[in-house]
Amino acid sequence: MTGKMDYVVKAEHMPKSWILETQELRRRFENFIAVDGLNITVTSGEVFGLLGPNGAGKSTVIKMLTTLLPLSAGKAYLAGYDVQRQPEEVRRIIGYVPQSLSADGSLTGYENLLIFAKLYDIPARRREKQIREVLEFMGLQDATHKMVRHYSGGMIRKLEIAIAILHQPLILFLDEPTVGLDPVARTQVWELMEQLRTEYGTTIFLTTHFLEEADSLCHRVVIMNQGKEMITGSPTELKASIGKPEATLDDVFIFYAGSQLESGVSYRETARTRRTSNRLG
Amino acid sequence: MKQPELDVLATDWVEKSSHRVHRPQNIFFAIQELWVKTLVITELEVRKLRHDSTDLFVRAVQPTLWLLIFGQVFTRTHTIPTGNVPYLDFMAPGILAQSALFVAIFSGGMTLIWERDLGVVHKFLTSPIPRVSIVLGKGLAAGIRCLSQVFFIYIVSFLLGVQLNFNPVAFSQVVLTILLGAGCFCTFSLIIGCLIKSRERFMGIGQLITMPLFFASNAIYPISIMPKWLQLLSLVNPLTYEVDALRGAMLLHGSSIYGFGVDTAILLLTLVILTFICGRLYPQVVI
Repeated sequence: MTGKMDYVVKAEHMPKSWILETQELRRRFENFIAVDGLNITVTSGEVFGLLGPNGAGKSTVIKMLTTLLPLSAGKAYLAGYDVQRQPEEVRRIIGYVPQSLSADGSLTGYENLLIFAKLYDIPARRREKQIREVLEFMGLQDATHKMVRHYSGGMIRKLEIAIAILHQPLILFLDEPTVGLDPVARTQVWELMEQLRTEYGTTIFLTTHFLEEADSLCHRVVIMNQGKEMITGSPTELKASIGKPEATLDDVFIFYAGSQLESGVSYRETARTRRTSNRLG
Repeated sequence: MKQPELDVLATDWVEKSSHRVHRPQNIFFAIQELWVKTLVITELEVRKLRHDSTDLFVRAVQPTLWLLIFGQVFTRTHTIPTGNVPYLDFMAPGILAQSALFVAIFSGGMTLIWERDLGVVHKFLTSPIPRVSIVLGKGLAAGIRCLSQVFFIYIVSFLLGVQLNFNPVAFSQVVLTILLGAGCFCTFSLIIGCLIKSRERFMGIGQLITMPLFFASNAIYPISIMPKWLQLLSLVNPLTYEVDALRGAMLLHGSSIYGFGVDTAILLLTLVILTFICGRLYPQVVI
């Protein structure tokens, strides 16, 4: 499975400092615990993957780290800022691509970027240049003034990433970035993420349930199940940990996350995932 | 004000990121930030409107029918005491207020729920923007949307022979009243949107509240002929003050009961209170 992904070059030198740290991160909803004491650290400049079956609490973790959802207990720091106490500072240094749609279909791609350039206080003299650069980086120059509702799924995803990196965030959060994309678009998104990391040093934090994606992109992954951390490490370390020589990440996943069938996923969440796939597909 | 505190581990990362502008934190900059971001949100909505403005024309049909049919018929009956103006003149400001009310109610909460289902709201909530700015920006945009109704209703009223006041001061009073009124009802609608989160239920509740708001006001009959209980309701209904201000400013021989100053002060106060409540509720939309 990994053979075709060889073009993705991983960092040889890993920077030392942590950019993200959670301590006993916990989130309780009315009748269940979605995230149960999660401790993770992300090194700046790495691609970090959060893996787990549906309902494992991946999206909840991302929502807490992006200041959308209050923490029930524990601490989370991003570049040293406390997510609970300094949400304003945190919002300035993160980029976020939600799983659902975040680009406005009733505007052009350019207008979408322009609004966010203004919201992120990018000075007027730099705005045009930064928008042009990010559109070029994403390969969307030709669609600049087209209405987003006429974009293809892959183009929408690229625009959403463009919006999220416009203000040059230190850390980019992507929630299931390639759900519903066709293989060509998916490969393009992967290449863009790798380019983003090498050219701009952006730390990337993503959730996924495509193990292929985790294997080829991520330096380190954490596997979550029912709100708990099962294991953390590089894909190679994880494969070694289950004691089978030719193990794939799939084997690792099944070993740690078990069968996916029993884990409870709400009707609403399923509907949302399906809708996202539909839109991008 | 609070100063950013840094964890030792990642201090160098924050220093390295030179692209961020250092912003002083005081009340002056907070207000400036609030205002600038409000205008960005308004710009966003106005840009959307510019791409698709058919809705504005569709929205003009209903008030035209009210004026054309209801107005013309009731003008003949002479049963409603309207002072020194014909009934059609009396009701024209009421219909303008009603039309603005409908536009504001359905552009507020409906789009919020729609944006929530899509996921656009998430994106805004993770951006550095005061929550109140999102609310105010949408309120102001609803006001701008409603100004199209002013345009249409002035034309229809003029054609039907309503004696309009085209004095620029009076006209700007109309514009200000519509902006304030639309802001109030759009924010009210956003609050409901924050609470119920489902499109179907919102449609029902939207219908459920617009009709009472309309009938428990002085829009198409004076408060003086209402039964006591309805009079009380009308007095706490912001629409009453919107209509009252419009009646004074829009008509050549019209007069306001409470005065333009009192009317706008009440609308402004309502807007501030509703915006504050909505700003608190807004982040919960995504939970």
